[in-house]
Amino acid sequence: MEITLITGRTVAQGEAMEKGKTGEDFKRACAVIELDPEDMSKLGAYDGDEVRVRTSEGEVVVVAKKSRDAPHPGVAFIPMGPWANVIVGGDTESTGMPPFKGIKAEITLAKGERVLSAEELIAQVYKLKE
Amino acid sequence: MKLILKNGFVYDPLNGINGEKMDICIEDGKIVEDVKDAKVIDCSGKVVMPGGVEIHSHIAGGKVNVGRLMRPEDHIKNVMPKTRLTRAVNGYSTPSTFLTGYLYAKLGYTTAFTAAMPPLMARHTHEELHDIPMLDKGALTLMGNNWFVMRYLKRGDVELAAAFVAWLLKAAKGYAIKVVNPGGGEAWGWGRDVRSLDDPVPHFDITPREIISGLAKVNEMLSLPHSIHLHANNLGRVGNYVTTLETMEVPNGTKPARERQVVQLTHAQFHSYGGDSWRTFASEAESIAKAVNNNENVIIDIGQVVFGDTTTMTADGPMEYYLSSLTGLKWANKNIELETSPGVTPFVYSKRSPVSAVQWAVGLELALHIKDPFKVLLTTDHPNGAPFFKYPTIIAWLMSARYREETMKEVHGAAQKNTTLATIDREYDFYEIAVITRAGQAKSLGLAEKGHLGVGADADVAVYDLNPEEVDPSRDYKLIEEKFARTSYTIKGGEIVVKDGEIVKVVDGRTLYIDAKVDEGLERELMRDIDYYFKRFYSVNLANYPVQEVYLTNPTPVQIDASNVR
Amino acid sequence: MHRYTDVICSFCGTLCDDIEVVVEDNRIVDVKHACRIGTAKFFASNDYEHRILKPMVRKNGKLVEASLDEAVERAAEILKSATKPLLYGWSSTSCEAHSVGIELAEELGGVIDNTTTVCHGPSALAIHDAGYISCTLGEVKNRADLIIYWGANPMHGHPRHLSRYSIFPRGYFRERGQQDRELIVIDVRKTDTAKIANKFIRVNYGEDYELISALRKVVNGGELHQESVAGVPREEIIALAEKMKNAQFGVLFFGMGLTQSYGRHRNIDNAICLVRDLNTHTKFVIMAMRGHYNVVGFNEVLSWQAGFPFAVDMGRGFAWYNPGETTANDVLQRGECDAALIIASDPVSHFPRKSIEHLAKIPIIAIDIHPTPTTQLADVVIPSAIVGIEVDGTAYRMDAVPLRLRKVKEPPEGVLSDVEILRRILAKVRGEQLAAKAEVAR
Repeated sequence: MEITLITGRTVAQGEAMEKGKTGEDFKRACAVIELDPEDMSKLGAYDGDEVRVRTSEGEVVVVAKKSRDAPHPGVAFIPMGPWANVIVGGDTESTGMPPFKGIKAEITLAKGERVLSAEELIAQVYKLKE
Repeated sequence: MKLILKNGFVYDPLNGINGEKMDICIEDGKIVEDVKDAKVIDCSGKVVMPGGVEIHSHIAGGKVNVGRLMRPEDHIKNVMPKTRLTRAVNGYSTPSTFLTGYLYAKLGYTTAFTAAMPPLMARHTHEELHDIPMLDKGALTLMGNNWFVMRYLKRGDVELAAAFVAWLLKAAKGYAIKVVNPGGGEAWGWGRDVRSLDDPVPHFDITPREIISGLAKVNEMLSLPHSIHLHANNLGRVGNYVTTLETMEVPNGTKPARERQVVQLTHAQFHSYGGDSWRTFASEAESIAKAVNNNENVIIDIGQVVFGDTTTMTADGPMEYYLSSLTGLKWANKNIELETSPGVTPFVYSKRSPVSAVQWAVGLELALHIKDPFKVLLTTDHPNGAPFFKYPTIIAWLMSARYREETMKEVHGAAQKNTTLATIDREYDFYEIAVITRAGQAKSLGLAEKGHLGVGADADVAVYDLNPEEVDPSRDYKLIEEKFARTSYTIKGGEIVVKDGEIVKVVDGRTLYIDAKVDEGLERELMRDIDYYFKRFYSVNLANYPVQEVYLTNPTPVQIDASNVR
Repeated sequence: MHRYTDVICSFCGTLCDDIEVVVEDNRIVDVKHACRIGTAKFFASNDYEHRILKPMVRKNGKLVEASLDEAVERAAEILKSATKPLLYGWSSTSCEAHSVGIELAEELGGVIDNTTTVCHGPSALAIHDAGYISCTLGEVKNRADLIIYWGANPMHGHPRHLSRYSIFPRGYFRERGQQDRELIVIDVRKTDTAKIANKFIRVNYGEDYELISALRKVVNGGELHQESVAGVPREEIIALAEKMKNAQFGVLFFGMGLTQSYGRHRNIDNAICLVRDLNTHTKFVIMAMRGHYNVVGFNEVLSWQAGFPFAVDMGRGFAWYNPGETTANDVLQRGECDAALIIASDPVSHFPRKSIEHLAKIPIIAIDIHPTPTTQLADVVIPSAIVGIEVDGTAYRMDAVPLRLRKVKEPPEGVLSDVEILRRILAKVRGEQLAAKAEVAR
């Protein structure tokens, strides 16, 4: 399913970040995608299901969450963090600001697939200098 | 460092020295009677003056930085890369802090006061002052729209107002009382202004007149070194000279507690306009000068305009809005809770504009019509009339009627038609220039150890490569302009910091602030009231408001015993 | 046990200065008045398990513990041998650290940029064009009767913004607090802030600019011919414009919903112009909801020292500023920088993939409190003390009010402040002996 992706801050993300980014809290706060309930049923996803989000930059597996801020059909939200940013595009259009909001994305079911921790994700995507 | 400045032509007005050939001896940062084993600097054929003292210049703080933030185009000018000694710098009308220090030093200035510090933002002002090298520094502190001041004065409690002013100067690490568009700053909290001395301030039921006379009284009760420093109402408005004349009369009942004026009417040029519309805009400098000549309580600084691009900035928020609505240029505004409301907008003084031409003439008229040079101090209200580094041009205009005439030919005819400038043939001499650039400032600010070269004074000295026996400033005005722009030597605190117009040593100056003590019982009463107000109406807690001394370079409190204020 | 009052929280740009902290045996045992995030930050300072406690240097592909001297030495070597190092982060440290950082960038001929580049960089560009019509937050508290949040969700980003400064507090002219004010939220989602608003206006994603233009048209006396603009019905736009014109003191707070969405700086430029238009009718101001507690401080220090608010390239020996060219993400994506010093920030989490792909290839020095994806990729890691908890320092609130953050407890043993670490690196780069005394304060 095609969606417009928005990334941004949440209070849980802020709180978890201050406790360090290696913890489960951080993953729980950031490795999620908030979807409009209608979009969820169209997709066939339930709260807590893994989904794969793919953009021109790459793909990531995160947990689907029913948005509390709905209705916003066609718009989905991932809190700022490594999961969001491995699929954010680069072009700043000469402003210095990458497009963190309004990214075209394709979302599919990925039930049962493992959601990587921040550390694993970084190691996988940017292959550590080892 | 021990130094002897040998055989220069010394101009030291506060000691009555007018171009005599003399030696100046320096030891341990002070002027001394005599010194042994000193380095000798040959000053023969050169002018020697005390270090310049800047009394009103927007060099540090929130407003200036908003100017920088808003105008990156200003910072592609004056670009100089880092050197072994100096930092990378840039900026024209809002130079970076380092550049501000270097440029003043090259002009022979060794002390500067930033013109308008909002107490809530004082920490910012001091952070920038910290990064201005080469100068001793201080900050005029905004009080003319302060809620505490207005409340205490309204209820006639001058003592409490005085206690508050003393507390505020210490909290903000400020040096003097600055009043900007009294009442108008508060009215601007609602998008309004006050337009006469008797317009009531919305919700505070006090008038500009009461604020000015009240603060003048407070200033003398505390016996502060400087007088109140007043930016009158109606700045820049057509026909505003009427308000200005009235304003001068306001503190007339107040006697100065020190040997100085009761009020310094700042950037008077912007307050000396006649006419009834921009079409009939004309100079009333002569009326203002006459009033200054006849009023022993008032001195002015000029606020001279020099043609070109600049950034205007003042705590007079409604004025900046008005100006930006005339030009359509970008506009920044910053209302500051309980205190003031500054604004910033760019401006171009064009030689082809009749208004700019008149403004240019008005400043010079004031300087030339006011008889006593101690009553007219040289400022451009940097950067409002022009950047401060245009002083040499202004000095040249004042010293040469011919130069003024030459410039007059290039500017709009309004300068000829609507001002008296063309009819004046007075020319300043070096002695008078020394008054309006250092001696007068030091006297007005109550700086006993500055602005002169007597024994015990700070060893701040400027040496200019001009031989008064050979140079005729009236004719050689270009040489005057050139040589006043770069000293042969600038000596700061007894150290050579500029040689032949180049920085040779970077030093940190001192920061002066007022530490006045009032009666303890009165202070307790004040603190109770302040505490209540802070909790409810400020957005910061009282404990986090005062500026710590750690922000100041070489903090230098000026102790004042005002315990008789009870 | 010691109880500290008037403590300033060093999390977000709200810079709450009324926190009470109780410290016992160098552990924070109680925190009062702070929000969820602030409280977490104070308590997390106790938790040494999640802190970096020792310097580390990468050897044979692995980060291993090292002495501070060795880490500083290695950092200086990396920076000195780089042609164009990037010095990035800065928004969660003190202005005193900024000052040393700028000097270091100048010394190295590097690019220095802070997180403004990914939050309100577009706002800075808009201010260059249109100015900035603003105020301090106490003005809002005392006067504002109309409060608008546009593309901002303070309930999450700045949890106490609403209660300290905007909608809830009682002010001098707003004695009844919330009852004397109206809150309007404009967003693409009905955020938690929108849920408590008097009115929520849902704007289509990417069409904020159109909505601002429509409002300007109405404010300036024009007629709207469209049935709806940006998904908002004509009547609602007209009603909002009238409400804005008739406010006694209105304020428009805007967030990354405007700066990061389609249009970027043009959205902000237009919003500032709207506020300017409104000033012909009434008093109206605008304010950016700045995120990190000292993101503004960096803009201020860089402006007064180097003339520009962010993204400065010192490669020519003087400050060169050209957002889009000198901004961190562009420098990275062009593959231009050959080393990076990252301080108090985690770009590996927060920059897009393309930027990090280059960052991962070059040597990185990371100075931070806890391990992050950035320290994970780093070649030198130096732990630092927390400003506002373990060391003093200056920070500027979102409205540029400067405050002095205070230390309430000791940092972990051997852990230095950012200022001190940077001073040591700078001295090493210059080949100088370090001055005897650490000047933590200015």
